[in-house]
Formats: sequence, C-alpha cells, structure tokens
Amino acid sequence: MLASKLILKCLERENVEFVFGYPGGALLPLYEALRTSPIKHILVRNEQAGPHYASGYARESGRVGVCLATSGPGATNLVTGIATAYLDSIPIVAITGQVNRDLIGTDAFQEADITGATAPFTKHSYLVKDAADIPRIIREAFYIASTGRPGPVLIDIPRDVQLESIKTGLTYDKVDILGYKPNLHGHSGQIKRATKKIKEAERPVIYAGGGVLLGHAEKELLAFAEKDNIPVITSLMGIGAFPEDHPLYCGIVGSHGYEYSNVVMNEADLIINIGARMSDRATSRLTSFEENTDFVHIDIDPAEIGKNMETTIPIVGDAKTVLIDFIAKDTSKDHATWLAKIKEIKEQHPLVYDADPPCSDLINPKVMFRSMSEMTSDDSTLVADVGLNQIWSALYYHIIKERKFFTSGGLGTMGYSIPAACGVCFATLDHPKEVFAVCGDGSFQMSMGELGVIAEHQLNVKIILITNKKLGMVRQLQCDVYGKGHYSGTDINFDIDFMKLAEAYSIKSYKVDKNEDFNKVLPEAIKHQGPVLIQCQVHPDFIRI
Amino acid sequence: MEKKTCLSLLVENNFGVLSRISGLFARRGYNIDSLTVGTTENARFSRITITVTGDEQILTQIKKQLNKLIDVITVIELKPEESITRELVFIKVKADDTNRNQIVEISNMFRANIVDVARESLIVEITGTRDKIDAFFNMVEPYGILEFIRSGDTGLQRGAKVLSF
Ligand SMILES: Cc1ncc(C[n+]2csc(CCOP(=O)(O)OP(=O)(O)O)c2C)c(N)n1
Ligand SMILES: [Mg+2]
Repeated sequence: MLASKLILKCLERENVEFVFGYPGGALLPLYEALRTSPIKHILVRNEQAGPHYASGYARESGRVGVCLATSGPGATNLVTGIATAYLDSIPIVAITGQVNRDLIGTDAFQEADITGATAPFTKHSYLVKDAADIPRIIREAFYIASTGRPGPVLIDIPRDVQLESIKTGLTYDKVDILGYKPNLHGHSGQIKRATKKIKEAERPVIYAGGGVLLGHAEKELLAFAEKDNIPVITSLMGIGAFPEDHPLYCGIVGSHGYEYSNVVMNEADLIINIGARMSDRATSRLTSFEENTDFVHIDIDPAEIGKNMETTIPIVGDAKTVLIDFIAKDTSKDHATWLAKIKEIKEQHPLVYDADPPCSDLINPKVMFRSMSEMTSDDSTLVADVGLNQIWSALYYHIIKERKFFTSGGLGTMGYSIPAACGVCFATLDHPKEVFAVCGDGSFQMSMGELGVIAEHQLNVKIILITNKKLGMVRQLQCDVYGKGHYSGTDINFDIDFMKLAEAYSIKSYKVDKNEDFNKVLPEAIKHQGPVLIQCQVHPDFIRI
Repeated sequence: MEKKTCLSLLVENNFGVLSRISGLFARRGYNIDSLTVGTTENARFSRITITVTGDEQILTQIKKQLNKLIDVITVIELKPEESITRELVFIKVKADDTNRNQIVEISNMFRANIVDVARESLIVEITGTRDKIDAFFNMVEPYGILEFIRSGDTGLQRGAKVLSF
C-alpha cells in the first residue's frame, strides 16, 4: 500500500471524521490519497486557524482533533495554535508535510524544523523516517494526545515517505511506550489523608479546573460537593465543571474573576484543588491564604503539583477516579456556618451591572450576556475569544445544565473563537445545536478569513461581535498602569462596515447598539438555520468587568 | 538551599531526544552543570548523566519535567552514598626540563597518566571524583595550566540494581 493511503487508513482507525487542513507541495501525496478517502477535508483559510478548529472539535466531541499543514510556512503557521492547545491541555494531532529525507538539513525550499520549533509546546512529536513506522506512530500519537494530561502531538512526514510503498498493514494495535504510563489511580494512603483533612476542615472550598472537564468528572464533582455541602469555585478553564445555578456554586476566581469568589477563596482553610494549575492569573488576587490554608491538590500531571504553590496533600491521579474514591469515604461535617458566611460575602460583594453615561448609551455587555443566558438553549456552546469580550461572557453568560464554555485560557490567543466555534459546529453536524462565537473587533479581524469556511459549509454559528473600536482589554491595562489618557496603539480607528463584510460572504447580519434591540434580534438569529453575525456596539470606555 | 545533584536517565534512543532534554533545561531556566550521553547494553536506549544545581523545589520540578518527556524512561538521583560517579579530565600543564619530573611525580600520586609530552608542556589524563580532581588542580596550578577539558560526571548505582523500566 502507498504510505499516504496507509496514513489515512490509520486515521480512519482512530475514528477521524474531519481533518482541518491546507495543502502544499510536501503534502501532495497525502492530498491525492484524501481525494478518495471517507475522511472529510475542511479547507481552512489560514493554517493559523487549523489547530483552533481541531481544538473546538476536540473540546466539543471529547475526541482528538486533527489538523494538516504543508512543510515550511504551512507548518510554522501552526505554531501559535499548537501552543494554544498545549497550554489548555487539548488533545489534537497536527500532521505536517516535510521535504524529502535527503533534503532535510539543507535549507531546502520550504524546509522548516517544525519538530524543533514546537518542542516546547507539544506533548510529543515525531519525524517519520521510515514508512513502516506509520501505523505505530499514528497509534501512539493519538494515544499520547488523548490520555493522561491531554495535549498536542505533531507528526512530521517527509514527502518521499508518503510515496513509499509498504507491505505492513495495520498490524500495530497495542500501545506500549516505556516512558509513558499515565497514572490514573490516586494513592490510597494519600486519599485517606486527604479525606481526613476534608472532614476536619471548617471552611473547605473545592477549586475546580479544566482537569475536571478533560477527565469528564462533572457528575462526580457534583456528587462529591453535594455529599457534605462543600462550595465550588472554578478557574477560567474550569467553567462548566459545576452548574452555575447550583446553590453551592461560588463563582470564578482570578484576576478577572468575581470579587466575591476571590474573597471566599481567601477565607477558606482548606482548598481542594481538582485539575487546576494555580497559574499566576488565577492566584494573583489571593493575598493572605498561603500561610493559613491547607491544600489538597489532585492532578493527573505530577509536575503540576507543587509547581506554583506548596501542597499539603498531593494526589496524582485522574479527577474522576479520585473523586469516586473521595465519595466512598466519610467526610461528613456540618458546613452551615461556613455557607452562611459565604452568603454574607456574596451580599457584601454584589455583581454590579449598571453603567453611567456615556457607556450606558450603547450596549451594556454585562446585561447583554445575562439576558443571552436566558434566551439560549440549555445545551448551547459558547466560545469566547480574548479580551474584555471574553471576560464579560465568562462572568455573565451562565453555564448551566449541558452548556459548554470554551476559551483560550492558558495562552490567551486572540482569534481563537471563530475557528474553534467552527470546530464545534463540525463536531455537531448531525445534531446541530446553538453555537456562539463571542469576539471583539480586534480578535475578529485576526480570524476573519474563516468566514469563508462558515459560508461554504453554512455552519450554524452565531458570531457575537462586540465592537468598541478598541483593543479594549489592553487599553484598560494602559489606563490601570499608566493612568487615563495613556493609550498607545489600542485604537481600531478605521470604521469597518461589518454588515457589508458579512454580505460579501452572504452571511445574515445585524448591527445593534441597544440592549433591547439585541434581545429582539438574538431569537431571530437563533431561529435562522445557518451563520449569523450580530455586531454589538459597546462604548470604548466601558472597561469595567 | 542550593545543592548539586547528579541525575541518571535511561532514554529511548530516538531522534531529537537530546535536544528535548537540553531544551527543557533551557526554557525552564534550569542550570546544567554537565551532561554526558552514551550508549548502553541495549542499542535501543541511551544513558544520560546530568549534574544540576538548584534548591529542593527546582530539583523536584526538574525530575518531574524530565519524567514527562515521552522518550525518558526512568530518572533517578545518583546519591553519593549509593552510587559511583567519576569525571574524566585532560589538563595541559606548562612543563620544561626543570619541573617536568615534579609534575610526573604528582600525577603518579593521583594515578593520573601522562598522555602527551612536548618541550614546553604535558597533558595529564585524570579520572576521579570531583574532590580528587579539585585536589589535583590545586597541586599543578603553580606550574601553569594552559588548557583543560572536563567530561562532566558520569555514573552508575552501586550493587546489582540496574536502571530499568
Ligand atoms: C495573538 C494575540 N495578540 C495580542 C494579545 C494581547 N491582547 C490581549 S486582549 C487584547 C485586545 C483584544 O481586543 P478585542 O478583540 O477588540 O477585544 P476587547 O478587549 O476590545 O473586547 C490584546 C491585543 C493577545 N492576547 N493575543
Ligand atoms: Mg474591541
């Protein structure tokens, strides 16, 4: 069999339905094979978006997302997206073409050392030097990407390898990698110690991170929290790990979290961290807590434990498995006083929605996302970009029931929302649902070309484009750090006619500048089968989150 | 408190493994004091010895991060009491007819070998622990050290125990 065909056969065996790619010379053999393969190729409009499509697809479906790019510039265009997936532990496989084996190292046309360039932010990578290794490498790549702490894996395949003819078929099934044996089960002694601590704690808080979602442990988290009434706070990546309408829900922590959540976290005497990294962005507003707080830290990646914060009781293991162990143990304790205290804290730090003129003359984005919460289905997916738009949607669009919230939390990559939301649409083609891409006028313009894909495939994505004519979040930082008026490079002055742009792609569009109008057009937009763009005008000075 | 630690790694002999390891140290800001690589009894694997300096927290992180690399099979610390580590050093010392014999004598005391003799210099080959080598340096220093190269530590655990998976 031709190696290029074998590659696709291997992908089929991994249940790959879609590859998000862009062709070029070094991938000619693979694209020739794709022509007759059942795997559907989606032509993205810039390789930079490819890994984001794969990421959205993976997060929605729980399967591995796949992107393709040719050698050299195609491959280097993937770099930011791969890093984005790495920082958020999203399982994707990136396949790149490479120049012929005998040309590697000669600075040949379109040669780039992509395994080298992506080494810092791939979980693993391969340069295929022998076509006979293809079945093993592809099996391993999917296994590594999707198990343990998930992450991106890159496979670089020279063009002449794709053209080799090989006898070996799909003989390789069982993965056996000596240096990779993820540990799922928490150490029983540690679990005993942890549950004893939980039983003793007066003011425990569960701090849930992206690991709960990646480990599909939402149900177990709910059961564990409800068992002894332990309040739950999430990180930005943990949004969706716990229903936001639950009485034990205590918000989102961090520099852009809710005030009250940070206060509650500061008051806790025990933090049960499940799959959160304790990154600088999450802990920057936690002041007092290191000395008088105990930490139980559950993570599947041993290197995360104790990296950013000293841990009292580390547990290496999978969120779901460890939570099941926790639930089986006696941790009973009455937390009524603590919950009453939290109620008080919430009242002392209420969410502030109203704005003054001139900000109140245009759309109030907080109110907008709150009402959007009420008008959308219980299983919608909202993909937020980066910037104020991201924080507003994270804080004011409520993730309840089956809803999902995705964003680029770790790397904060602008331009993520549109391709990732498209990935969500491809993952749900056979059962279309409400999918929203929320972005700012800055971030939108970073992925604008992908409108071509949306139009071509009539994806059912609703783009909520928040235009404030500014790179709002950076502008806010400039104001905070240097004072009012110290704005530099954050104006997006040229007034783009986004309605005409949407029209050019035959995408239905609306432009609104009042909350009432938004409330009117949103149901229409949702009802419309196919893509819609809603431009929501927000005052540039609306910078409070 | 900073301390020097010697790590022994068994790794898959795959393409790029060394650059993955050195890259990890570089981007996480860890200091490598020395690194040696060599073949093992099995062609599929290589053994790497790395000496690093850092506090307890950093050393733990280094071990964990190394373990995360797919090509790294095992990482152990070569503790002085449970292992032997040695370094190979070549030292080019200034030497002429008046002092050549003295240097040879010192070298003999250290069981070092003279591997090159010229009219104005000698090259001494010495293997040993860091202490022994430091002591030797101290002795030949007054004659004038022209150049030297140290291989970096390499070592094995004592006893029948082997580094496996
Ligand atoms: C690729 C990339 N470049 C730069 C930044 C820095 N950055 C963070 S937020 C932001 C502004 C985003 O502007 P916009 O998309 O209009 O969102 P807004 O904050 O106005 O809602 C910038 C430039 C980034 N996060 N990602
Ligand atoms: Mg903006």
